[in-house]
Amino acid sequence: MRAPLSWLREFVEIPTNITAEEISDGLIRVGFEVEEIIEAGAGLTGPLKFAKVLSIEEITEFKKPIRYVGLDCGEKETRYVICGATNFAVGDLVVAALPGAVLPGDFHIAARETYGKTSNGMICSSRELGLGDDHSGIMVFAEGDVEIGADAIAGLEINDTIFDIAVNPDRGYALSIRGVAREVAGSLNLKYSDPVDALRKITFSDTGKGVTAKIEDPKTASVFYLRTLSNFDPSAKTPMWMRRRIEKMGMRSISLVVDVTNYVMLELGQPLHAFDKAKISGGLTIKRAGKGQSFTTLDGQVRQLDPDDLMVCDDKQPLALAGTMGGQSSEISESTTDIALEAVRFDPVCVARNSRRHKLSSEASRRLERSVDPSLAEFASARFVQLLTAHSSAVHVATVVAGEPKYAPVIKLDPAFIPKLLGLEVSKDEIARVLRVIGCDVDEKSFTVDPPAWRSDLLTQTDLAEEVARMIGYDKIPSILPPRPKHASLTPTQKRRRAIAAMLAARGLAEVQTFPFTNQETIDQMGFVGDRAATYRIANPMSEESPLMRVHLVPGLIEVAARNISRGAKDFAIFEMGSIFRSSQKLTPAVSPEIGSRPDAKIIAAIYASVPPQAFHVAGLLVGKTESEDWQGKARSYNWQDAIAYAQDILQLCNLQWTIKRSDFAPWHPGRCAELIVDGKAVAHAGEIHPRIIAKYGLPERSVAFAVGLSALPDSDIVRPLRVGTMPAAVQDVALIVDSSVSAQDVESALRAGAGELLESITLFDRYDKIGDGKISLAFTLTFRASDRTLTGAEVSAMREAAVVAAAKATGAVLRTN
Amino acid sequence: MNPADIKRWIAAAETAFASAKDLDELKAARLAHLGDKADISLANRALGSMAADEKASAGKIIGEGKAAITAALQVATAKLEAERDAKVLLEEIVDITLPVNRSHRGGLHPISIIKNEISDFFIEQGYSVEEGPELESGWLNFDALNIPADHPARTMQDTFYIEPVGSGMVLRTQTSPVQIRSMLQHEPPIYMICPGRTFRADELDATHSPVFHQVEGLVVDKGITMAHLKGTLDNFAQAMFGPDVTTRLRPSFFPFTEPSAEVDIFFNGRWIEWGGCGMVNPIVLQTCGIDTEIYSGFAFGMGLERTLMVRHNVTDMHDIVEGDLRFTRQFGVGL
Repeated sequence: MRAPLSWLREFVEIPTNITAEEISDGLIRVGFEVEEIIEAGAGLTGPLKFAKVLSIEEITEFKKPIRYVGLDCGEKETRYVICGATNFAVGDLVVAALPGAVLPGDFHIAARETYGKTSNGMICSSRELGLGDDHSGIMVFAEGDVEIGADAIAGLEINDTIFDIAVNPDRGYALSIRGVAREVAGSLNLKYSDPVDALRKITFSDTGKGVTAKIEDPKTASVFYLRTLSNFDPSAKTPMWMRRRIEKMGMRSISLVVDVTNYVMLELGQPLHAFDKAKISGGLTIKRAGKGQSFTTLDGQVRQLDPDDLMVCDDKQPLALAGTMGGQSSEISESTTDIALEAVRFDPVCVARNSRRHKLSSEASRRLERSVDPSLAEFASARFVQLLTAHSSAVHVATVVAGEPKYAPVIKLDPAFIPKLLGLEVSKDEIARVLRVIGCDVDEKSFTVDPPAWRSDLLTQTDLAEEVARMIGYDKIPSILPPRPKHASLTPTQKRRRAIAAMLAARGLAEVQTFPFTNQETIDQMGFVGDRAATYRIANPMSEESPLMRVHLVPGLIEVAARNISRGAKDFAIFEMGSIFRSSQKLTPAVSPEIGSRPDAKIIAAIYASVPPQAFHVAGLLVGKTESEDWQGKARSYNWQDAIAYAQDILQLCNLQWTIKRSDFAPWHPGRCAELIVDGKAVAHAGEIHPRIIAKYGLPERSVAFAVGLSALPDSDIVRPLRVGTMPAAVQDVALIVDSSVSAQDVESALRAGAGELLESITLFDRYDKIGDGKISLAFTLTFRASDRTLTGAEVSAMREAAVVAAAKATGAVLRTN
Repeated sequence: MNPADIKRWIAAAETAFASAKDLDELKAARLAHLGDKADISLANRALGSMAADEKASAGKIIGEGKAAITAALQVATAKLEAERDAKVLLEEIVDITLPVNRSHRGGLHPISIIKNEISDFFIEQGYSVEEGPELESGWLNFDALNIPADHPARTMQDTFYIEPVGSGMVLRTQTSPVQIRSMLQHEPPIYMICPGRTFRADELDATHSPVFHQVEGLVVDKGITMAHLKGTLDNFAQAMFGPDVTTRLRPSFFPFTEPSAEVDIFFNGRWIEWGGCGMVNPIVLQTCGIDTEIYSGFAFGMGLERTLMVRHNVTDMHDIVEGDLRFTRQFGVGL
């Protein structure tokens, strides 16, 4: 919302010593963010004159049309200038910058030789003057609009300070000069006069029969003013001051009737719509479209109406998309003489839906969906009649009213409530004073507050507390820490995640955070199938390249790795922690209970249950060498063991026990992927990435990855340590020959089981696969220790023997003798 | 036995030992002054032929002399051995400035670091750190926060909707649904923060990302006022930006708070918008079954990316989201 200072001054007495910055600070203090203070006319110095076009010589030998124009600038002699625009004729009035003038952008005007002529100035477009973006041609005026030879800087009221203000959705009233002026006055404690006060006194007598007005459903609109005017001369021009104000607000001047509707909307905040009365059959009714049909709006768009769209219709057809945009069929045209002027307080939700359904946000809909002062339908339409009849031959014929304005109820205020909420002493008198500044009526005996018509957002004591706080100033509220609650700490899950991240980071992995989006092609390429491929689709994704929610962390890591590689990185390790979104359950229709009281337990449970579980994972990707190669020598490449070790280290860090088995699991190499199982549940996978994927994404060969489902891990049990034995250990080596298909884990488990309770540790110290015959050799060191004695040779031999027997029985292992 | 002879022998031995240049010379000197043929050894041997009374006194003198020579030898040996050892170690000298660490440098993502830092700060104040799902029910993300359908406030945030749209599922546009979950699950007093990932359909550019992070805080207790909100924000801002930072509250609008405010900080010489806050709207408390006659509360929310960018002068969002190692590694683990 823009607000020119010159316009604000009409309603607020602003002393000249108050600067634009002070006004801006004042607006910010009461909650209006000033995004920009535009100094209109800055960078523009004259002479800038209104001039009449006396002659036009078309110069044709150049690629584009060039005109050599004779101008009457109110000087003794005709002034000749070169001009590239063609949207004017002899007799038109234009704006001429004379030599010595400086236009915005530090553009100095001087007499110069061009196109074989001497150009003694320049005819200006509104963009060249910094007045707007319109560069369709130069500015053209009719005789009588402006005075030949007069200073155009003054004539066009160019110099002004324009505040560009962000208006929050609860403050629709401030989408008007009336509303902004009130805030400026309230914030800076200045005198304010409400433009509506003058309009309350105006009455128009009916001289004929007006177009009838009807509201079919009072829920869709409370009050409908329809004013019929006749005898309008369509050649009437918008007065310069009105045109300039409209332009300063960032809109374009179109025609007198349209300009007056816009002007009144900008001034007071009530959108108006003018119909060509000749195009209306019968009367006007506000009602739903009722059936699908096409409708052409003013912008020329043919729109398919939804039965629920709220329309302003005549007896035959819809004429306007209510509160949003008029229709082409009843548009004001160059031949319009009779006008029906609509001013309605539409239901904000109806307008919001109209606007949303047709993706059409207009100046009118923006105001109406934020709620408009219900009293304004009357006053704004009166203002329209006042202005149009003053600036044209139009006369008022009749005013028809349907419905009546509905106002928000009064609020019973406990004056003690406000200091209690704000933590700031505020007297009753002060509360009453401030509430009056914003337009409330306050009965100080009962402390009943009647909010002003334009503040439909003021419904509760809390709403009034905000008004008091913002007008007194948030800076007056003291800064105090709340009472200190009892001790808190991270949850075990949160601590676990932190420890894992810290471990990985300390061991050389860099954490990344990727967008949790993916696409079907990636899911297919990774080889995910079934439950692991099913996910949720975003209805309105940023791009069709990633409309799905991710089902795994590794694809994102691969993408990041590829990006780093493309930027020159070779050897590195990265990890990510985050949620994945496999569609484990079908989404059900939304459960949306009313708010204001706690929904019952079943409904809350249903809402919770409607949200699908989202597993939390950590995954890492290791590419290239484990270390950088340097003067100390070569480094080895990451291998499948590293990936598995990281996965195991994470489980170890969580103090969990696991078993391991080989798994054919995407996106890993089917022969080089380990599955780690805790409490019978597969919780982690690690190993080499599938070579197909490696090739596809250009990763170094044999890159490896791990992924651990953290949310699937059980809580860690409390640690109950064994006593540390101080008796000497007995160490025994045993080498076993097994089929190469036998897993080391199975052999180790059997040895462990057979060796008995005194086995302290077991380590695979050698693996030899060159025996042939499909056999391999696994050599283990067994360490035995008793807590109460030194073990005898015989005891140790017996335990070793038992271990070998158990391994033989379980895995077919044979003791290696050579 | 002449005591003067013994004194002379001691002096000669001491001189010889002290002048030995290395352990070999010392060995020769030892043989000369303590060996079988040495004067003191010969004198000792001669004791056997002495008379008993003479033997006792001479034996004592000789014993003391021998001890003195041995002591001198020990001193010299220790000195020469130390010299020899030092020389060997000197020859083993290396260039300890050579680059030795070739392991990859890891690090936490700066958003994790800042999230941890904020969590630690609030835990220390007695707040719990709560979490919630990113794919969230629209009722928890909007309705319960007093953002009705068709209200302009809902279009303030460009929401990602999940198919089918009728399910009302969204990618949460704020971490506020975690506040609602907390209030539905726990009785006051509630002191919590909820850091987490949030989503809005904004194009990625230097200052925006469709995926970003927020931290919100919520306090619901007896007698909570807007002054408590200010105190908490001042404390938080100083923890994040240093003791000199000042805050400013500007009136604003959020459907879930009333009064509402934007929080600005004065940092590096200018006012910077940091986040939003306010007193929890009674309708939100009532929707969660909290008695507004007894309890009041405040809430606030900040963007973690924004906090990071302001504090660390990160000028482009792309660096935060792209996962380039060169960016992340600069932060280490945030110590």
